[in-house]
Amino acid sequence: MNAHFFQITLFFYLSGTIAYLIYLVSSHERAAWSGRHLLGVGFVSHCLTLVLRYIEAGHTPVINFHESLSFFVWMVVGFFLLLRHHYKVEVLGAFVSPLALLLAIWAAVLPKEILPLPPVLRSWWLPIHVTFAFLGDAIFALSFCAGVIYLIQERFVKSKRVGSFSGRLPSLEVLDEINYRALTIGFPLLTIGIVSGAVWAEYAWGSYWSWDPKETWSLITWLLYAALLHQRLAVKWRGKKAAVMAVVGFGAVLFTFLGVNLLKEGLHTYSEWFR
Amino acid sequence: MREVILVGLNHRTAPVQLRERISFPEEDLDRYLKELQDLPSLAEGLILSTCNRVEICAATRDPEKGVKEIKSFLAHQHHLSLSEFEDTLYVLQGEELVRHIFRVAASLDSMVVGEPQILGQIKGAYRAAHATRSTGTLLNKLFHKAFSVAKRVRTETSIGNGAVSVSFVAVELAKRIFAHLEGREVLIVGAGEMCELAAQHLVSGGVKRVLVTNRTWERAMELAERFQGEAIPFSELPNALLRTDIVISSTGSPDFVVRREEVSEIIRKRKNSPLFFIDIAVPRDIDPQINTIDNVYLYDIDDLQEVAEANIKDRRQEARRAEAIVATEVEKFCRWYQSLEVVPTIVSLREKMEGMREKELDKTLSALPQLSEKERRAMEALSEAIVKKILHGPITLLKKTGRNSEGELYVDVVKKLFKLDEE
Repeated sequence: MNAHFFQITLFFYLSGTIAYLIYLVSSHERAAWSGRHLLGVGFVSHCLTLVLRYIEAGHTPVINFHESLSFFVWMVVGFFLLLRHHYKVEVLGAFVSPLALLLAIWAAVLPKEILPLPPVLRSWWLPIHVTFAFLGDAIFALSFCAGVIYLIQERFVKSKRVGSFSGRLPSLEVLDEINYRALTIGFPLLTIGIVSGAVWAEYAWGSYWSWDPKETWSLITWLLYAALLHQRLAVKWRGKKAAVMAVVGFGAVLFTFLGVNLLKEGLHTYSEWFR
Repeated sequence: MREVILVGLNHRTAPVQLRERISFPEEDLDRYLKELQDLPSLAEGLILSTCNRVEICAATRDPEKGVKEIKSFLAHQHHLSLSEFEDTLYVLQGEELVRHIFRVAASLDSMVVGEPQILGQIKGAYRAAHATRSTGTLLNKLFHKAFSVAKRVRTETSIGNGAVSVSFVAVELAKRIFAHLEGREVLIVGAGEMCELAAQHLVSGGVKRVLVTNRTWERAMELAERFQGEAIPFSELPNALLRTDIVISSTGSPDFVVRREEVSEIIRKRKNSPLFFIDIAVPRDIDPQINTIDNVYLYDIDDLQEVAEANIKDRRQEARRAEAIVATEVEKFCRWYQSLEVVPTIVSLREKMEGMREKELDKTLSALPQLSEKERRAMEALSEAIVKKILHGPITLLKKTGRNSEGELYVDVVKKLFKLDEE
């Protein structure tokens, strides 16, 4: 049942992405409106998917790779819709929706069967740890998109090619503000995600930290964002440097989330749990 | 059948000295409209008078006479002799007129293509005419259509996008850098006229305060007063750069007034808060190298002009798309107009044939009084059937061609064949 809803979700994300890309090249307000609403419908359908899967599985559906990707995409889209509510930055949708769509398609081609949760992981820490870690990551995804747009817009303004495309992008100041907001909200969430993971590890495996690849890369990601936050608050970094950092930081997020699962083996590798 | 005619002049056909003498001041427009209505051959009338054009659009049954009356109306109202300006006038009718009105409303005929004021001006002219009951079905339909075409052009093309004057480009750039202009501060260095214009646009865009500095204190005071801003001594320039967001510079200084090292230092002290320099002086006032500093943006006069020119080019491209929209809408409107003529033609064709049938039938029946009721009815049915069969072809053809551009031709042919114009 949840698989059907996931298909529907995918369909709406795809059409929303297409609408937003049309907006990017044509600047028709109607295209942005459609994109927003299609993503919104997709998001509602995605909520249903997750609820159904939760009921069918009996635990928070973040156990296999498909579930994790789906959960992450759900948050990215949710945060975007929330952000769009506060800032009128339509164009961000043309960057966020393709990212969400790609990850959703990836999730769609992965095996989707519901796996039993190993007894050792059966705990309330599971939703807490995963939710906070993903909340942080999803917000960083938005700051990544804002950072990319910032770099494009900055290039336009500095090189004095300020045509109609540049006119469709938000102002540098707004993009920088999104970057800053995302950092100040995302960083504490990521911190809670990591700390709750450590506490849970102590319960489940008997040690707070075991330096498995996921943990190591999470720490690297955390340090990168800590450095950016420090530079922003203490050295008053702004604009380009902060945007570059947001892009680099999200690279680390993606590697921690995706790369580690594909390349390395460890406690967090899903297959490992079911040997 | 009423026809629409238009007599007018614009920035391309008449110099400003003439345009200003022929224009109709807005406050007296009602009076002029009433006098226009009094012209014997006009059924509907509208006066559009802007600084770039004066046009009178009217509906009349006699176009030739209507044009003459409008021309002498123009001369009479402005106490000119017609010969002084007749060769600057254009007279439009039919499809050409519809296209003209649609193009004017869509700002394709403006001096600066895509400028948004013209639509408001036409709407004003229409409202005034409508209020004095000078417009009727034809002009109402024509102008409502023109407004919707203009709206379509605005939403489907980006003809109105992109500033095309240097000072508006400056404002547009400021909006790419800053989220909004409200509450910002602008610093004017030097006191050129261009400075003033750019500052004016920024202030109407929401800029909160204007600082002015100049080597001559009096001039700074004078300009500051005009913007209700603050004059500061020239030596205070570095301090002013700490608090302002936008700098417009146009001094007569032969050297740079603002140097790179200075700005690096200032931007650090400003905690990287963005600073936008607009250098409209020649020779330049601001070291071009500062554009390489993060969070500092510099545009000189050539940059601004280039942006404006690029925008003009974009608009021209968009104008081509707009022309295509106008062309399809003109065609649609003309089809509607022709269909107006088709319906009455069909009606009068039917009436005429029916009249003939009744007359001939009466004649025959009165000559044959011995016929039974049944036979009389059979003859009546026969005549009806014949008329119906004869008319079937022409009426279907009229209805069909009424929907395309040949309509006019066939209406004319049918009228001549059946001598419909005689009564």
